[in-house]
Amino acid sequence: MTQSDHTAAVSSPSRSPSKSKSKPVYGTPEEFARAIEELRTLFAEGAVTTAKDQLEAHGFSPNAHHPGCPHSVVVYPSSTEDVVKIVNVARKYRMPVIPYSGGTSLEGHFAGWKSGGICIDMSGMDKIIAIHEEDSDLVCQSGVGWMEINETLKEKGIPLFFPLDPGPTATIGGMLSTGCSGTNAVRYGTAKGEWFLNATVVLPSGEVIKTRRRSRKSSAGFDTTKLFIGAEGTLGIVTEVTIRLAPVIPTTVATARFPNVRKASEAVIEILNTGIGIQCIELVDAEFMRATVTAGNPARPYDIADHLFFKLQGATPGALAESVDIVKTIVKKHGGDKFWPAKNNEEAEAVWTDRKNGLYSFLAFAGEGAKVWSTDVCVPISKLPQLVYETQHDIKQTGLWCSVIGHAGDGNFHTCLTFKTDEELAIVRGLVHRMVERALALDGTCTGEHGVGIGKKEFLVEELGAGTVSLMKTIKQAIDPLGIMNPGKVCGILAKKKIRDIEGFF
Amino acid sequence: MQPTAARFLNILVPIKRCVDYAVKIRVNPQQTGIDTNVKHSMNPFDEIAVEEAVRLRERLKDKVKSITVVTLGPAKAAETLRTALAMGADSGIHIELPESAPPPEPLGVARVLRAVIERRKKMATEEGSGTGGGTTDLVIMGKQAIDDDLGQTGQMLAALLGASQATCASKLDVDVDKRVAHVRTEIDGGAEELVCTLPAVITTDLRYVEQPRYASLPNIMKAKKKPIEKLTPTDLGVDVTPMLETIKVTEPPKRVGGSKVGNVDELVKKLKESGVVAVA
Repeated sequence: MTQSDHTAAVSSPSRSPSKSKSKPVYGTPEEFARAIEELRTLFAEGAVTTAKDQLEAHGFSPNAHHPGCPHSVVVYPSSTEDVVKIVNVARKYRMPVIPYSGGTSLEGHFAGWKSGGICIDMSGMDKIIAIHEEDSDLVCQSGVGWMEINETLKEKGIPLFFPLDPGPTATIGGMLSTGCSGTNAVRYGTAKGEWFLNATVVLPSGEVIKTRRRSRKSSAGFDTTKLFIGAEGTLGIVTEVTIRLAPVIPTTVATARFPNVRKASEAVIEILNTGIGIQCIELVDAEFMRATVTAGNPARPYDIADHLFFKLQGATPGALAESVDIVKTIVKKHGGDKFWPAKNNEEAEAVWTDRKNGLYSFLAFAGEGAKVWSTDVCVPISKLPQLVYETQHDIKQTGLWCSVIGHAGDGNFHTCLTFKTDEELAIVRGLVHRMVERALALDGTCTGEHGVGIGKKEFLVEELGAGTVSLMKTIKQAIDPLGIMNPGKVCGILAKKKIRDIEGFF
Repeated sequence: MQPTAARFLNILVPIKRCVDYAVKIRVNPQQTGIDTNVKHSMNPFDEIAVEEAVRLRERLKDKVKSITVVTLGPAKAAETLRTALAMGADSGIHIELPESAPPPEPLGVARVLRAVIERRKKMATEEGSGTGGGTTDLVIMGKQAIDDDLGQTGQMLAALLGASQATCASKLDVDVDKRVAHVRTEIDGGAEELVCTLPAVITTDLRYVEQPRYASLPNIMKAKKKPIEKLTPTDLGVDVTPMLETIKVTEPPKRVGGSKVGNVDELVKKLKESGVVAVA
């Protein structure tokens, strides 16, 4: 096969291989310069750039508050073969490779590597290759966005959709690599569910593998697709994916007011246990409403109080009406009131947009020059009220403004902290740290959906245990012995822990 | 024949698991002690002792034959031993006490440590290893524990062993061939340089030159495999029943705010009101 020949031809590293236990050794600046030259010979002119603004735009994120870093070069592949060429050059010169696509990462996933690296911008690989309506699956390149996929299906009159709904401009490759989820997770689960049937991946060795065929289920072999889900680009570059689609079911939206988060959570637990058609349950606090009412474009005259936003499903109008009734009863039972279902689709969309536009309302509310740090932890649902209260109490002490938005059905919540100065940023960092420690103490996770990236590395051993993280490192060392795939992310270089903090790690 | 024991050092580092220094202490509702349902960690002074033992090995290399950590405490104290193993100690000894047992006192701890030292010597002699690998040449421990602040165990142990002692140490060097330790200790108004013959008990002060290292994942993984021996005070023939009984523990009275007075007459008036009487 041509690929392996090509691999053999360029796999002569400039130095002898380092021992597997020692830190990766990367190329020198001169070797990196030669790598960039070689990339220029392999690709058309527009596909390789070292323009300063591009290197920075791909290395810094306005949404992440961790140190960014510009890359040495950005390359735009159009095919899996292109990606193989780039990975082969990277291996030859021991140059780190950092994948980029939607650019919506919140934990610094695409920050550059300080001594230099190649950014592979996958956003040009955005084709939908095949739609298999009868099988409810779709084959696409990894640079296509989930919203484009859903719009395309709608345009073609196909009553199917991809139910993972993270940030609007996220792409399939990034979604797979961070193990994302969204508001639909209550009903449809996350990227770690059954939504990625197979992935075509370029491994650090330059080899291309496809992890599975297209059947809905398979018991054949290790679940190698899952290996890459949540690997955040540290094990290989995903170029093509077969995704599973779900049928579009009629929905409506309703809001309800609650006296506090605890009562709202209790209602959520009971509603989930009825098994009715609930697609989303979103918790928003009084501050969210304050920002929306004051600085947003609210579809309703909301009270400044904690609310639940529901998206209810029903295959038929009767089923939908029944879902609405059942939820209304449960809401009332737990002290909720003002249960308000939408009259029609337009109203439903307008109300749901209020929920989706939270971030913009916050920025407008916080005023000129404000930035938002959106945090992300997840705990067992019954622990959600305790976590929210303790976090809100902690934030109150600092005087900073924040709002709580929760995917209440999953026990996953985000606090959106706004800040303007560096001093405030330092305070926010402390708040986030303490919130994560609280979540871990409640048997939760340091990240429900945003991934580890750089921001959450320090919590990994504490959360997963030394044995599990060591296993991850063993796998990483086996697949990427030179350490060129997105170094410094997930468990790239483990953050060190103080002796007084490691008792639970054994 | 192998060089005699004189050329090697066996180091023993006793450590204690205490309420973590950053915890806000609260008296328990029964007023019998403090609320211990909080974060615990290794006594910071002991962290420094472990660190110093590991650094000694980095400097003296093969001359440090073993670094053994030992602790006296309930089941969870084993986790504190593991963290010491993750810092670089070779093996641990856990002298386990029942969860409900009252905390031991310094004399009890010192007697246990002496028994550990004698037991190790006895076992080596019985094995007939002949290299004297059973001697404990250096005991390095924190000068006090942050929960009781008693600062007595090291000194008592030295007396029981008939060994040299240097307390409040901030720097330690060992000449293995000459079998002496050069210690800088903190005293009021400065530092004192001592030369102690081995075996010696050194207690470490906070003002140490080196700060304890961070834990790395490879060291945590290695620590899991290092051996921890389990013993009880009975196995060692020591009675650790405390001689003192704690009657009551209370918080200090809340500080009452002061007030400003306008003039001397007011001051005198207030003093009289609060019962302050002039003494001739």
